[in-house]
Amino acid sequence: MATLAPTTPWVKDAKDDYRTCPVLTLKVDMHAERLIIANAVMAVVVLAIGGLAALLIALTRWQAVHLLDATWFYRLLTLHGIDMLIAWMVFFEMAGLHFGSTVLLNARHAAPKAAWLGFIMMTVGGLMANVVVLLDPKNTVAYTAYMPLKASPLFYLSYILFAVGALIAVITFFINIVVAKREKRFEGSLPLVSFGFMTAAILATYTLLQGAAAVVPAFLWSLNILPHFDPGIYRNFFWGFGHPAQQVNLAAMISIWYALAQITIGIRPVNEKFSRLAFVLYLFFINLGSAHHLLVDPGLSFAWKAVNTSYAMYLAVLGSMMHAFSIPAAMEVALRAKGFRKGLFGWLRNAPWKEPGFAAMVISIIIFGWVGGVTGVVIGTEQVNMLVHNTMRLPGHFHATVVSGTTTAFMGLTYYLIPLIFRKELKLKKWATWQPYIFGGGMLLLSLGMIVSGLQGVSRRNWDITFAGVVPGTIELSLAVFGIGSILAVIGGIMFVTIVLTSILTGPRLEASKLLLVSGDGNPVLESTKLTEHDMEAKQNQPKGAFVLVLAFLAWFAIYYFTNWWLLGRTWFIR
Amino acid sequence: MLAPEQNWWRPMGRLEKTWLTLALVWCIFLTIMMPLWYYMGKQNVPTETYRTTAQQFGATVNEFVTKYQVGEETINGITLPVVAPPPGSDAYIRASAWQWYPILQLEKGKEYRLHLSSMDYNHGFSLQPVNINLQVLPGYDYVATITPTSSGDFTIVCNEYCFVGHHTMVGKIIVK
Repeated sequence: MATLAPTTPWVKDAKDDYRTCPVLTLKVDMHAERLIIANAVMAVVVLAIGGLAALLIALTRWQAVHLLDATWFYRLLTLHGIDMLIAWMVFFEMAGLHFGSTVLLNARHAAPKAAWLGFIMMTVGGLMANVVVLLDPKNTVAYTAYMPLKASPLFYLSYILFAVGALIAVITFFINIVVAKREKRFEGSLPLVSFGFMTAAILATYTLLQGAAAVVPAFLWSLNILPHFDPGIYRNFFWGFGHPAQQVNLAAMISIWYALAQITIGIRPVNEKFSRLAFVLYLFFINLGSAHHLLVDPGLSFAWKAVNTSYAMYLAVLGSMMHAFSIPAAMEVALRAKGFRKGLFGWLRNAPWKEPGFAAMVISIIIFGWVGGVTGVVIGTEQVNMLVHNTMRLPGHFHATVVSGTTTAFMGLTYYLIPLIFRKELKLKKWATWQPYIFGGGMLLLSLGMIVSGLQGVSRRNWDITFAGVVPGTIELSLAVFGIGSILAVIGGIMFVTIVLTSILTGPRLEASKLLLVSGDGNPVLESTKLTEHDMEAKQNQPKGAFVLVLAFLAWFAIYYFTNWWLLGRTWFIR
Repeated sequence: MLAPEQNWWRPMGRLEKTWLTLALVWCIFLTIMMPLWYYMGKQNVPTETYRTTAQQFGATVNEFVTKYQVGEETINGITLPVVAPPPGSDAYIRASAWQWYPILQLEKGKEYRLHLSSMDYNHGFSLQPVNINLQVLPGYDYVATITPTSSGDFTIVCNEYCFVGHHTMVGKIIVK
């Protein structure tokens, strides 16, 4: 463990405003703490709004229920995209960035005023987007707002406000890191979790700049200042924002996987170099992913599409596959070191399945990788994309990544932020034990329902597919699976919001004394033991089980991949 | 979560190295697969594109319909011309909110140059149930050289959101 800075005052001759966290024995700047709380609360608020919209639109697409009329369906679909894919994710990530650049580094927040300005702009932008979408029918343009669908200027302005606010908050992250380093708050390298957040912050910077390149011209065009903006170019820039934005989520989520694994079973990354290299691969290659949305667009060559869609050579995919081994392997080593060495998977049987952080992490990893990751690579294969573009397989894929993956991980981490940062005792612990399973199980059904519907040609963003007149009965079935999954997931979401609000509003003020929440007492797995070099290197602790798991993953990946080429080979000839 | 020791640049273990090699080989294979199919496969994403305008493309479509119309058919209460271009020739479909115009009648096993463009918004050409999906943009004349390999009635669904009547935008291709 690296040495922490001595407890010198943070600013010379100034009154310090901090407390010492009894669990991590780190200093917590009260400015940072308030910023983390504000961002996390806003995240949960927009999650609740977006979740309500989710329930209503899912019950509409479930053909047997078909709840809303077309106008409300498309309106709430627009709202759902903005609140979930942008607002919930970014607010939570900002909480993560403030946490990773101050608390984890034992450092102060160096630019709280700027960070508050960013927060306020994001809040105003986010709420404004909700209001203008609900009040003005013109703004039912879906969250992508493809030109030349013309929304009102206020719609684009709300995007710009939100994005500039987020950019300011991201800049304070970099300032914090530099100041912490200069003031010697930590020595040596950044902790892995902060390193991952650093990756997320760098990705966020150019993501937001590309967003500006799409939305600012659209804003000027809606004011009739700019006469024309090419719809193809808009798509390119919009996805330069939209796709890497999901990779910001990815980097943040993986950082949180490492954090949760450390909190719940005390892992140490098996090899820091391996894990960090994987983050660096994201940094270099993941921005090419904009092309994933343009694979069947006119005007682009095969070479351009193939190079970009494959992230130069699937090097960002390589990064994910490295984490896919590194994290389970670290878990296995930690659990084996604690004595669970029986067979290949004895460590898994004895893992703390009742600890919500652990359950959330495992669910997040499994659904993200096995469903989200595999379908994503297949969709991003240039020719195969012709079978998939804008069908329900698309939302099936990204609900497995951003919701089952990222959102589940964010939810899992929140349970630990409540005692650590909000300093409240977590209430409804039994609910918390079940919540990841209900939410994750529901999301899995939802994603599979969407993917199977999409395989049969059902298009996304469509109020009523029966107009097409080509609806076989099997689609009714897969849409029903999707609908049931959505109800389960919404129940899981309501449980999460209830747990958080009950804890924050009614829980007693409590200085946390330990990290574990639910099943920690007297359980040797969870008693935090420090892993020694010997534990890490010992032969009987090597991650053989995790290795078998990733081999199985690779086999599934290959099967799904080749099945899609086979499906493509059966369709009409086209070139 | 806490900073590692100063020296964390350690060699990777045996299992890590093996997995990294396997994953890298798989990634290289995924990369090769696309150019391989490009040269050997029968289903590739069309790339042929021309600049156009709504007026220009609309005029060409009207000319095309006048020249090769063979009948009329009604979809969702709207009567559309059925047009049968000769095999090997250019065929046109115009996308606009919320209609695919006209209905095409093609022959199985024959090749056609299918031009797609939009008069207004983004639209999505989604041919069902063969499940071929292409993006249609205003200002771009996108040429897909297609050969139907099955016969029957095929539905064109719009799968790019084009405002609130989007789901009613349904067209047809007949293959004899």
